[in-house]
Parts: sequence; structure tokens; C-alpha cells
Amino acid sequence: MADIKRRSLLAGIAALGAGACSKVAESDAGQTLFKGAEDWHRVAHRTLGGRQGLAPEYAPADRSPTFKGNGSITVDSDFYRAQLGQGFPDWRLMIGGLVERPLALSLADIRALPQRSQITRHDCVEGWSAIGEWTGPQLSALLDAAKVREAARFIVFRCADTLYGNAYYESIDMVEAYHPQTIIAHALNGEPLPEKNGAPLRARVERQLGYKQAKYLTGIEAVASLDGIGRGKGGFWEDYAGYQWYAGV
Amino acid sequence: MIKHALSTRLWHWINAVAIVVLFMSGLNISNAHRYLYWGDYGFDPADAWLSVIRFPGWATLPQYYNLAMARDWHILAAWPFGIGLLFIWIAMLANGHFRRDLTTRPADWTLAAVIASVRAHAPAGDGAAHGYNPVQKILYGLVFGVLLPLMVFTGLAISPGFEPAAPWLVDLLGGRQSARSLHFLTAWGIFGFFVVHIVLALTDWRLIVEMFTGGRRNPAPTPVTATPLPDAEPTLVRGAPDHG
Repeated sequence: MADIKRRSLLAGIAALGAGACSKVAESDAGQTLFKGAEDWHRVAHRTLGGRQGLAPEYAPADRSPTFKGNGSITVDSDFYRAQLGQGFPDWRLMIGGLVERPLALSLADIRALPQRSQITRHDCVEGWSAIGEWTGPQLSALLDAAKVREAARFIVFRCADTLYGNAYYESIDMVEAYHPQTIIAHALNGEPLPEKNGAPLRARVERQLGYKQAKYLTGIEAVASLDGIGRGKGGFWEDYAGYQWYAGV
Repeated sequence: MIKHALSTRLWHWINAVAIVVLFMSGLNISNAHRYLYWGDYGFDPADAWLSVIRFPGWATLPQYYNLAMARDWHILAAWPFGIGLLFIWIAMLANGHFRRDLTTRPADWTLAAVIASVRAHAPAGDGAAHGYNPVQKILYGLVFGVLLPLMVFTGLAISPGFEPAAPWLVDLLGGRQSARSLHFLTAWGIFGFFVVHIVLALTDWRLIVEMFTGGRRNPAPTPVTATPLPDAEPTLVRGAPDHG
């Protein structure tokens, strides 16, 4: 008898706990708390590791045999398919927003810039990891060429792909944008980017999770605020699924 | 003398909540990719050393699959858990709890000590009133010295944003996917302790009350000076055993 009471008490506590948790999660205070905890992680990471602290780089032998493609694995448009077949002769990366000198760069322009190659680990938010060698110019070089204005606080990556009918995009702050390992990659393991990994161009933000590594890049935009872009939370997954904007945890 | 210091009681309950939230949200996160690997990388289930079950909704936080919300809880509860562990270690070293109850002597690691501990802890045992027995010292030492810190370190290691601060940590743990596997295994180790801890605590509800009130430490085998009335409840004289 006592056992049954005890058991139903425990079940009651568990249900009460779960109910209380969903109440907390839905409340403004709960959301503020979650956002605060996320911000503290970012501040702690940068305090302990340095704003320019490097993600580990691996030896060629450490690379995974293949590199998983996830999320969008192609762009569903005739233009994309035609360009993919020809090596993207007409693809342009637009650099705009709060810049003094907007640019439209072809793949040849991007390959002509000073290049950085890095063998890094890609960690998906789901938990898996893959290792590959990425090559491309540093984002900082592109931003300097376009002369970013003082007012800019975030860099937005515009993408050609859509997920569930909405345009993919992502954003990072200026610390991450000027990080030496933040590059615009056009090659994976010495070959032009495969379709599933974001051909012809993708962002590599090596201290953050996979959903920050925007693929099929069409534009880079310097902005003062993320309000008014998409649903205002700074990225596709942030907008539609509530993912954390800081993807370093 | 008080049995549980205020620092112990505060930490105990804050940590209890943090651990439940972390464990249940962690099971939700596990459902996102139910395969564990050793080494630096791993994404192909064919390479997994363990294919984990899909944890049912009642065991997870929230009670349905939602990776973003589960991560919100996990990222939040990691703070009281990690800072709390640092706090209780400092408090235990300062107030003597560590020296008194968690340090062991070689004699504590013998089979005889284990048998004596189990005897003393049995319902009819009489030795439970004097601090931790050897088995308790070893188990609590394992939890405080190995499992809880390993949980924090493996958690930090699988955060790519933390990695620049201590790249050696990921290497030490055998690579990021190894660290993730250890994070999972250690969580279940703590869960195992949690179950035993609660079952033993429920055998005497006074243990739970004392973790709120602080309780009183029995100074020695208590000589009963006053002659108890013939109809006195014997458990009132015996006092609660020291620990769950």
C-alpha cells in the first residue's frame, strides 16, 4: 500500500516537474534565462579561449574518408543545375549591406585572392563529426576589400537553397567574421566543393556547429541588426526551429 | 553538531534539479543522432560502437522530440551543475567534509571492509550512525572525484566554441566523438548512482528531511542515559542512520 502511494507520488512529481518545465520554457522569463545562459557560454568561451583562439587543425591522414552532406544537399533550380554542370561560370557572390564598396565576385575572383587551407572538424548539432580540408579566402579579406562600415555588427550569409520552402541564411558577429579560420570555401579536400557540401561556395566558421556553415552562398551582407532579416533570429534554424544563435555549445 | 552543512544542503538540491534536467534533456539530444563512435570523427552508423535506443517521450525533456528546446535546457542547467561542482569541492575541502568522509585508507578497499559496510547498512545493522562506511566513501569519492568532473569536462570537450581554450582536453579524451561517448556513459554512471541513492534514502524518510534541516550528527555510540519509558518508540532513540 505504502509502495503504491510512493510510486504514484513519484509519478506525480515527475508529471508536475515536466509540466512546470514547459511552463518555464514558454514564459518570457524562461526565454530570457535560456538566452542569458547561451550568452554566458559565448562570453566564457571567448574569455577562456580568446577572441582569435583557433579551432584545432588536423593532419591529412586524420580526414574522414567521406564528408557527410546534411540539411540541403542541392539547390532546386534550373539555373543551379546548369551552373553545376559548367563549373559555375556565372555564379556571383554579392558583398553588400553596410559597406562602402559593394562587390560582385566570380569564382575566378575568389580563387585569385590569398587562400587559406585548413583541415578542421565539422560538428553537427545532432552530434556527429566529419573532418575535411577546406580552401578559400578569409572572410576578413573580403570584408576589408568591400570596406565594411563602422555601424556593421553582424555578417549575414545569403544562400541559394531553401528548406521547407524558406530561404536558408545564417549570421555571425564581427568577432567570428574576422576570425582567421572563418573562410569562404570553394574546395573540399583539394577538389571543387561537391554539390551536397554546398557547391560552389560555403562559409566555414570553425568554432561553431554545422548549421552556421551556410552552403550555396550567393551573398554576404553587413548589417547593424538582425531584425527584419528572415524572422529576425539570425538564421534559418533559429527562425523556424528555435536553435541557439550562438552555435559554439 | 549538525550533520549536513548548509553548503552541502544547498548544493545537494540545486544539483539534484540540475542533474534531472541535464539527464532528461540529454536523452532528448541523444535521440537526434543515436550512434556513438570512438575517435575524432564519426557520422556513419556503420562505424558506431553503440546504436542507442530511441528514448521515449516520458523520459525526455521536453516530453517530445525537440532538439532546440532540449539544448536550451541543457545549456542552462550546465551552469548550476558546473559552477555548483566547483563550489561544493571548495566547500568540502574547507569544512573538512572531504577529509572526514571521502578520503579512504588502504584498509577501506578490502573485501572485509565491503562486507562490514553492507552488514552495517542492512536494516538490522547498528553501525550506520558513525559517518561514512568504506563502501560509501569509495562510491561518493567516485562520484565527486570521477563521474561529476568527467561529466563537466566531456561536456566542455564536445563544445566546439570551448575547444580553443583547451584543445588538449579533446585529445586527452581521445577525440571529440570519444568525448561524446564518454559523456553518454558517464551520464548513465551518474544515473546508476542516482537510483541507488534514492532507493536507500527512501528506506528512511528522515534522511531526506535531514538534507533540508541539516540534522544532527551522533557524537559517538549514543549511551542512552535516560531510562526510556517501556512503551517508547525504539526508533526515536536510535536516530537516523547517517546517509542514504
